[in-house]
Amino acid sequence: MTSVAPVAAAKPGGPTRKSGAAGRPSAAAWLVAVPFLAFAGIFLVYPTVLVLIGAFQDTNGTFTLDNLTNLFKGVYFDAFVRSIELSALTAVIGAIFGALLTWAIAVGNPDGMLRRIVVAGSGVLAQFGGVPLAFAFLATVGFEGLVTKFLRDNVGIDLFAGSAWLFELPGLTLVYTFFQIPLMVIVFLPALDGLRPQWREANASLGGTSWTYWRHVGGPILTPPFLGALLLLFANAFSAYATAAALVSQGSPIVPLQIRGFLTGEVVLGQENLGKALGLGMVIVVSIAMGVNVLLQKRVAKWVR
Amino acid sequence: MGSLVKQRVLRTIILLVLGVYFILPLIAMAEFSTRGKAGERSLDSWTSIVDDDGLMEALVNSLLLSVTSAVLMLVLLVPTMAWIRLRLPQLQRLVEFVCLLPLAIPAIVLVVGMAPLYAWVNYFFGDSPLTLTFAYTILVLPFAYRAIDAGLAAIDLKTLAEAARSLGASWFTVLWKVVVPNIRVALIGASLLSVALVLGEFTIASLLNFDTLQVQVNLLGKRNAGVSIAVSLLSLLFAFVLLFALSYVGQRRRQTVAEEEIPPGSN
Repeated sequence: MTSVAPVAAAKPGGPTRKSGAAGRPSAAAWLVAVPFLAFAGIFLVYPTVLVLIGAFQDTNGTFTLDNLTNLFKGVYFDAFVRSIELSALTAVIGAIFGALLTWAIAVGNPDGMLRRIVVAGSGVLAQFGGVPLAFAFLATVGFEGLVTKFLRDNVGIDLFAGSAWLFELPGLTLVYTFFQIPLMVIVFLPALDGLRPQWREANASLGGTSWTYWRHVGGPILTPPFLGALLLLFANAFSAYATAAALVSQGSPIVPLQIRGFLTGEVVLGQENLGKALGLGMVIVVSIAMGVNVLLQKRVAKWVR
Repeated sequence: MGSLVKQRVLRTIILLVLGVYFILPLIAMAEFSTRGKAGERSLDSWTSIVDDDGLMEALVNSLLLSVTSAVLMLVLLVPTMAWIRLRLPQLQRLVEFVCLLPLAIPAIVLVVGMAPLYAWVNYFFGDSPLTLTFAYTILVLPFAYRAIDAGLAAIDLKTLAEAARSLGASWFTVLWKVVVPNIRVALIGASLLSVALVLGEFTIASLLNFDTLQVQVNLLGKRNAGVSIAVSLLSLLFAFVLLFALSYVGQRRRQTVAEEEIPPGSN
């Protein structure tokens, strides 16, 4: 997931061009970029195009909109609704608790051990959680998990009295917070680091309280990055596959698991391209979230100036 | 000073509550993976990690893949990105777009398009799991791009290159003896990130039917949860050590490191 891309870095060396060095690039100069572009073309652009085109084709390769209209029906539509609910809910939970955690480490020593541990740990969970996270959950609140057993033996509460919730949507929500909160820390920390202590001092010297500081200074400054992070978390949860796949082996409550069904062959004959339509649907949802984010940050960049 | 005390109390509460929330599963994993058959403590799950041939083979695959993917990523990106800054600024936007594109396309969608492509890959290169190098290099592009771009932005590439060229260095020498040593830290950062990402990758490997660490862990979990949980704990800790090391490598650029570590959705 991209955030406000911190990419357009200042180019060193200034705008003046030395003659010869960077005039009109020769044909040979273009050749250097060929290996990279060819590689990306084959392994990134080609598969993507295959999905996008396949979404509009039937099994014989003829143009059709049936795949896409199917997205708005029955199980597929339900899966999209559930995926969006799951992503939105875990994005909100992740953003709130993540922001609190970020604040707690941002006010501490910037080179301190605590901060290093939280940032590195967040990186692990946010990026590389995947399958291990699913097993972490089985060990904790699975049928024989530590917490499950403790509650059953010592408190008399059966976590699974109602249903096998860990393997359904509530379980996914719980597991997802374990990579959403850390992701928030990573995305939101630079914004909190950007708050200058002088602002706080200025607020205090003018007789302001903590409340006035957050109401009139910190809050307004942090709102755009907070909303941006929220959208990023949404896109992240929406794209996530590994944890859910390891946890849910029966049924396909969410879109990524529906797509798994198409890839592992549990498909009605003649509907193979429906999986590609589901993929297209996912790309559209993720692109909307990220597009709104880009617009938001652009606006903000304008009015900050 | 009342607000400072309040701040300290609030901070402690947040750290305690969330600390327990995140550490509890780790403790549970340690507890679960050391359960014996008769309710005693036992290290059976841990020792059987080494005994499980399938698991060790998968681990070797994943370790090899993490190296090959990092190498391919560096070979493709470093010359291209340096060259673009020096001679081909026209391509800047295109390359940036391509590199960040994997962020907009979930791995689960990418693999749908890669499945037919890999029929060809396996036809030409055999069906070794190492062919996943191609897919993984794509997955690490956004993170590698950001790290290397930050590294290149921090040096005066044009002046360095012109100095070297005026002394008669070839472009290859410029790249190898001037660019690479100067952005060493960024390259290490990019490599560590891609190693960690490859070791944790599950989506593409499992759906293209290749045996990697995470695929085996998932498979194993169906019959022996203890071992899977032990390996999971181990791989989380290993990734932690990698990223913790990264926080020291990137010391000079602390602000940018935080921004680089933005997730791919390997979850």
